[in-house]
Amino acid sequence: MKLIGTEIVVECLNREKVEVVFGIPGGAIMPLYDAIYQKASFTHILTKHEQGAMHAADGYARATGKVGVCIATSGPGATNLVTGLANAYLDSIPVVAFTGQVASPLIGTDAFQEVDITGITMPVTKNNYLVMNVNDLAATIKEAFSLAKNGRPGPVLIDLPKDIQQAQTEFYYSEKDKNSSYSFSSKRNLNQIKKAANAIQKAKRPVIYAGGGIITSGASQELWDFVQKTNIPVTTTLMGLGGFPENHPLSLEMLGMHGTYYANTAINEADLIIALGVRFDDRVTGTTGNFCSDATFIHVDIDPAEISKNVKVDIPIVGNLKTILAKLIQFVEPKQEQEWMDRIAHLKEKYPLQYVEDDLLRPQFILKQLYESTEGEGIIVTDVGQHQMWAAQYYKYIHPRSFITSGGLGTMGFGLPAALGAQIGCLEKRVFCIAGDGGFQMNIQELATVIGNKIPVVVLIMNNGYLGMVRQWQELFFEGRYSSTNLEGSPDFAQVVQAYGGKGVRVFNKNDFTRALNEALEEKRFCLIDCMIPPEENVFPMVVPGEPINKMIGVNC
Amino acid sequence: MKHTVVILVKDNPGVLARVASLFNRRRFNIDSIAAGHSETKGITRITIVTEGDDSVLEQIVKQVNKLVDVVRVKDLPGDTSVERELALIKVNTESAEQRTEIMQLVEAFRGHIVDITRQALTIEITGTQEKINAKMKLMEGFGIIEIARTGIISLSRGAQKILS
Repeated sequence: MKLIGTEIVVECLNREKVEVVFGIPGGAIMPLYDAIYQKASFTHILTKHEQGAMHAADGYARATGKVGVCIATSGPGATNLVTGLANAYLDSIPVVAFTGQVASPLIGTDAFQEVDITGITMPVTKNNYLVMNVNDLAATIKEAFSLAKNGRPGPVLIDLPKDIQQAQTEFYYSEKDKNSSYSFSSKRNLNQIKKAANAIQKAKRPVIYAGGGIITSGASQELWDFVQKTNIPVTTTLMGLGGFPENHPLSLEMLGMHGTYYANTAINEADLIIALGVRFDDRVTGTTGNFCSDATFIHVDIDPAEISKNVKVDIPIVGNLKTILAKLIQFVEPKQEQEWMDRIAHLKEKYPLQYVEDDLLRPQFILKQLYESTEGEGIIVTDVGQHQMWAAQYYKYIHPRSFITSGGLGTMGFGLPAALGAQIGCLEKRVFCIAGDGGFQMNIQELATVIGNKIPVVVLIMNNGYLGMVRQWQELFFEGRYSSTNLEGSPDFAQVVQAYGGKGVRVFNKNDFTRALNEALEEKRFCLIDCMIPPEENVFPMVVPGEPINKMIGVNC
Repeated sequence: MKHTVVILVKDNPGVLARVASLFNRRRFNIDSIAAGHSETKGITRITIVTEGDDSVLEQIVKQVNKLVDVVRVKDLPGDTSVERELALIKVNTESAEQRTEIMQLVEAFRGHIVDITRQALTIEITGTQEKINAKMKLMEGFGIIEIARTGIISLSRGAQKILS
């Protein structure tokens, strides 16, 4: 079967069972859009900015576990993807991005809308390709999908010169990857697993520190079974939220800079830390020298480069977390360290997350209310900042893939387009976008995409009139000098939404919020609730930068 | 501590940039870098001399291994491998006596004179980095006009090869 380049792309996407792609057409990618118009069996969602397309593909991938796909044209279209690629790269999210490129004879001449996008995105993609021969196209796409989802997932970019898109060749889609030498490092090490089981047996105060790897590898059932057998308390990272049900008595919830005091204290007192699919990020460990220096570390990760990168570990196991955990369950004996379990229960009771419960519409109340109203069955997509931490703390995550956030890169503007992608991937679920009034304005144009496509996302804006997290740091560490954090001039978001043809309300108190939320839950359609929260509400507890993680301020506030 | 890391890569366009970019963004040091064809068609052999403790070396090997175009990465310890560098050294010569003296020294270092004029001699020398450094130090007295060095290349001793 002879096909031209663009038909090959569409045929490959069809064969990869791609359901939806997000993108914006432009000069150099017009041939591909023509083929999509004629031959695609997937839906194309036209976003209003390429960054929105990238984050939407990312949100779709996070919510479904499938590969997200986005398309942009050459030059500015391609550079607008960069933040989103970096975002997906730091959180190990499988995405394939296609970009148009000027025709191959023009490459290197500074042609109109030409940029070296493979050069630019080299450090923020797992791999990228500039396809210079149409005969390589199908195999490259095959390899890109395989790379994006296998091993430690990540974004892959394919740059398509305009003439390659239009060149013709015999179509052949191999079942085998072109790059067979790429190793996925999934070799299990039985000896290490036995060693780990032995250390677990001996431990008096073990803690499980679980991260995004639990979600990526789909190991939450195995983690549950492991905890049932061993009664070891679990704390998760921001990326690991939902990997272990937070309503379980042994859940310590999130650890780290804005984690619970009981999680940070427990891990600091632990004699054994079982690190599962984590990377010892600085938001978790604080200064690494102080991080649980007396404990023994077991570290399971699929990426060998994460082993002993930030913290030296004693028992490393490299491979797929799901299979390793299943094996580990077989080797451990049932275990119940009653003294330690009592200590955990005591910590949880004595130092719960606390905020002022008064008449004011406080963000913590909003998130708690949302949890209760949805019974933990919603998908929470956040932007970045204070509201992100409140959402992490006060909504209790029970299911994997129910919390979607920009963890590693901390990309403001991620929330709305990611919620769009998540909702398209999970039509049967209610998706809630929690955003601040700052970050929301960084990709506010995607309201047109969301409302225009009748995507029933519920947006809750925690509106405090500030770039809140920066303001909090200015208050605490810069003697209250609020340098450029006041967001004066922001619009009434309810009115903005109405102009786009959606429903929006602004609420000032608890009663109005509860009413608006109930209405939004009853109606399966888009709604924005602009919540006017106390302007100087802070996120507590908090580890003071440079201090060990059990030295927190705002405990028992 | 210095380490010699050999990286076998598919000679896809931009592969050297990928390796160099990785070293740059992770703040790994590159003391010297040499690249050329290997014994296998389509595979380029890159030799990088780098500096760092064992944990840095471990990270270098693991991170480089993650690059899709990389086929194999190996740290070649100096005591079990043969390391060589080639240098061209252009030296001032003011008199016939000086020329003779330099030529004797070149002989002693088992180098070659590859270009000669009344004002200058160009010497070719191969050896370990230490040998070349020693030779250059010796030539400094005469006045070095220009030098060019290839960077270290290395093969393990014995019959094994990196890519089996």
